[in-house]
Amino acid sequence: MEKVYKRTFGIRDDMVSGFCPGCMHGTIFKLIGEVIEELGIRERVANVQGVGCCGLAMEYVTYDVTTSPHGRACAVATGVKRANPETIVFTYQGDGDLASIGLAESMSAANRGENITVIFVNNGIYGMTGGQLAPTTLLGMKATTAPRGRDAKEHGYPMHMCEILNTLTAPVYLERTSCNNPKNVRRTKAAIKKAFQNQIDGKGFSLVEVVTSCPTNWGMDPLGALDFLEGKMLKEYPLGVIRDK
Amino acid sequence: MKRVFMKGCEAIAEAAIRSGCRFFAGYPITPQNEIPEYLARRMPEVGGNFVQGESEVASVNMVYGAAQTGTRAMTSSSSCGISLKSEGISFMASARIPMVYVNVSRGGPGIGSIQPSQQDYFQATKASGNGGFRMMVFAPATVQEAVDMTYAAFDYAQRDRNPVLILTDGVVGTMMEPVVLPPMRSEEEVRKLKEAHHKWAFVGHREDEERALILPGGWSGQEERCIRNAELYESWEKDIQVEEYLIEDAQVVITAFGISGRVSKSAVNLMRKEGYKVGLIRPKTVSPFPYDSFERLDYSRVKAILDVEMSIPAQLVYDVKLGVKDRALIATCLRSGGELITREAVIQAAKALF
Amino acid sequence: MERNLLVAGFGGQGVMLLGKLLSNCACENTDKNVTFFPSYGAEQRGGTANCYVVISDDMIGAPVSDSMEDLIVMNEPSLRRFLGKLKPGGNLFVNSSIVHGSIEREDIHVVEVPVTEMALEMGNAKVLNLIMLGVYVGYTQILPPELLLETIEKKLGKKAQLIPLNKEAFRKGLEIGEKTRKQE
Repeated sequence: MEKVYKRTFGIRDDMVSGFCPGCMHGTIFKLIGEVIEELGIRERVANVQGVGCCGLAMEYVTYDVTTSPHGRACAVATGVKRANPETIVFTYQGDGDLASIGLAESMSAANRGENITVIFVNNGIYGMTGGQLAPTTLLGMKATTAPRGRDAKEHGYPMHMCEILNTLTAPVYLERTSCNNPKNVRRTKAAIKKAFQNQIDGKGFSLVEVVTSCPTNWGMDPLGALDFLEGKMLKEYPLGVIRDK
Repeated sequence: MKRVFMKGCEAIAEAAIRSGCRFFAGYPITPQNEIPEYLARRMPEVGGNFVQGESEVASVNMVYGAAQTGTRAMTSSSSCGISLKSEGISFMASARIPMVYVNVSRGGPGIGSIQPSQQDYFQATKASGNGGFRMMVFAPATVQEAVDMTYAAFDYAQRDRNPVLILTDGVVGTMMEPVVLPPMRSEEEVRKLKEAHHKWAFVGHREDEERALILPGGWSGQEERCIRNAELYESWEKDIQVEEYLIEDAQVVITAFGISGRVSKSAVNLMRKEGYKVGLIRPKTVSPFPYDSFERLDYSRVKAILDVEMSIPAQLVYDVKLGVKDRALIATCLRSGGELITREAVIQAAKALF
Repeated sequence: MERNLLVAGFGGQGVMLLGKLLSNCACENTDKNVTFFPSYGAEQRGGTANCYVVISDDMIGAPVSDSMEDLIVMNEPSLRRFLGKLKPGGNLFVNSSIVHGSIEREDIHVVEVPVTEMALEMGNAKVLNLIMLGVYVGYTQILPPELLLETIEKKLGKKAQLIPLNKEAFRKGLEIGEKTRKQE
């Protein structure tokens, strides 16, 4: 029998993911593993993990991983890349990490045009700590620290990181994708691949924002969460290439 | 060996380069700006990297990243800026990443003053971040010592895979003094020092190698990491450095570190000319602390200890108390908030103890 | 033997350079211990500037002293602030172009030189510090003048076109310093 599909090398064979049902982290890590394989950069890859649910992945993947302090992934990646330019460095950060506590580090690394790849996973909520308000939480959406829902007067509006980063001159590639259906999964993979290829080519700062669901903290079942993602999240965060130079 | 006349901060920066430091990230704050300014010029000459970070927090994390590749890396700041770096320092102590940082300390607490001070003693020696980790902390009294200690600090950091702190102050950092610079390590040596870390370094690994997993904590096993770290800290007993000056017959022993230690030494010299039997214990490593120097004093002769520091309330005095164990009176001679200790004040305070 | 000098004036009068040239010269040409300590403030321009130079046969305790053998004041506020710190028998060097206050001490040597006017006469107000350095070296004989001329050449190397003027300024001051010394 011909083998037409196999697990990517990037995920350990002996591991069962601890991500919640309906979570998209597993899918994204699978895509990253496939991209690394296809680009032939396995020996050079190093993943700077943000703090959040994504951190669970450090046990599941097979390549070099470090843990950055909450929000500092882009600063850590800056140090790694500059000190060892041959290493292909990517950060993997949630919305609390990248857009709240790490806003300065993210913006500044982008503004310096650091030659790194950023995978930004936006599910509009803090996952690991248990569903607190994120800078990306939708208006009206409930969070444990916004029990009456996000109110613009009290909490301001959802932050659009790709659009904010697009005001800077240096970044070379900004795209927003999702993993809500097979077509978008394939687009996400293509985007991740491009973001890695840019680094290999020495082009500079690339960021892929993947809009995902968090059934557990949204208080929904996986399918309900998918509906919410498609009906609400993608309205607030429209998919597409924001910059490609 | 040829003497050159250098500012403390610049001499520290040059010593770092010569020791093989090839990455520096920092953020402006007085009185340490000459370190980043010097390295912004110097790093490109040796193929190294200088980055001005967007904050102290970002800078220390850039160093955390660079040091993980095995590259000798450094950051510097002053007092309130060092507080901001405590996040990254704690991470590096936990993940056991080698790095060197410099505190050219100024008055505090808070924004304090920009003038020289020694008010970061507890922060430096007891709690440079969360989690109760320890580091080797060197306290230079002269520009030459600052140079020699910085040069060696990278070797200690590499040996232990742990952060090392140079705790200096605005006097030593901004003054100029003759200094003999240590030899420049060759590019070949620097490359080898980096490669020596390859096994654990965060640079990517082949399939047949074990991957790097840098853990400043984890879902499990943290206690074991703490135990291993504690064993490292215990091993530093052999690395203690202290200057014991004229204590053999001393009836009063002054104790002070860094700039206060230097001022105190010249006070001892003047008092000796007048016939006072006074000596000095000057810790050069304030962590590990030379408790043994106080243990070995003959308390049938030593009437009193004079603790001299630029900190109100006093901080060093707590370590001195641990060494003296109530066997002699301990008096203090203090300034704080950016005011300098003078030789005259030390002499007056010491004479009062005879 | 330890000798403390405090140089004080406005920012922009070249106070720091004066101290640096002297201490550099002592470092490179003698075996003595030398320190240079600049006071530093928050102002980038126009504030007061002062620096301490200590040259000593023994180890130097503090590079900053509360009392000194030599004091150079380039402006009026510096005279008021530091005169009391000069040791009895010490030397006071005054920029008499702009310092007019009375010097109410009998126990010190006073050398008054109008260095601002002299610098203006030479066509460059900035060289007042080099004139004063010359006065100081001529009067105290702390270091051989030819060594200072070498240091000036080396340290001001980046502004080669200004070296002759600076040397000339130093020599003018030196002459006054030496003459004053002989007259005493």
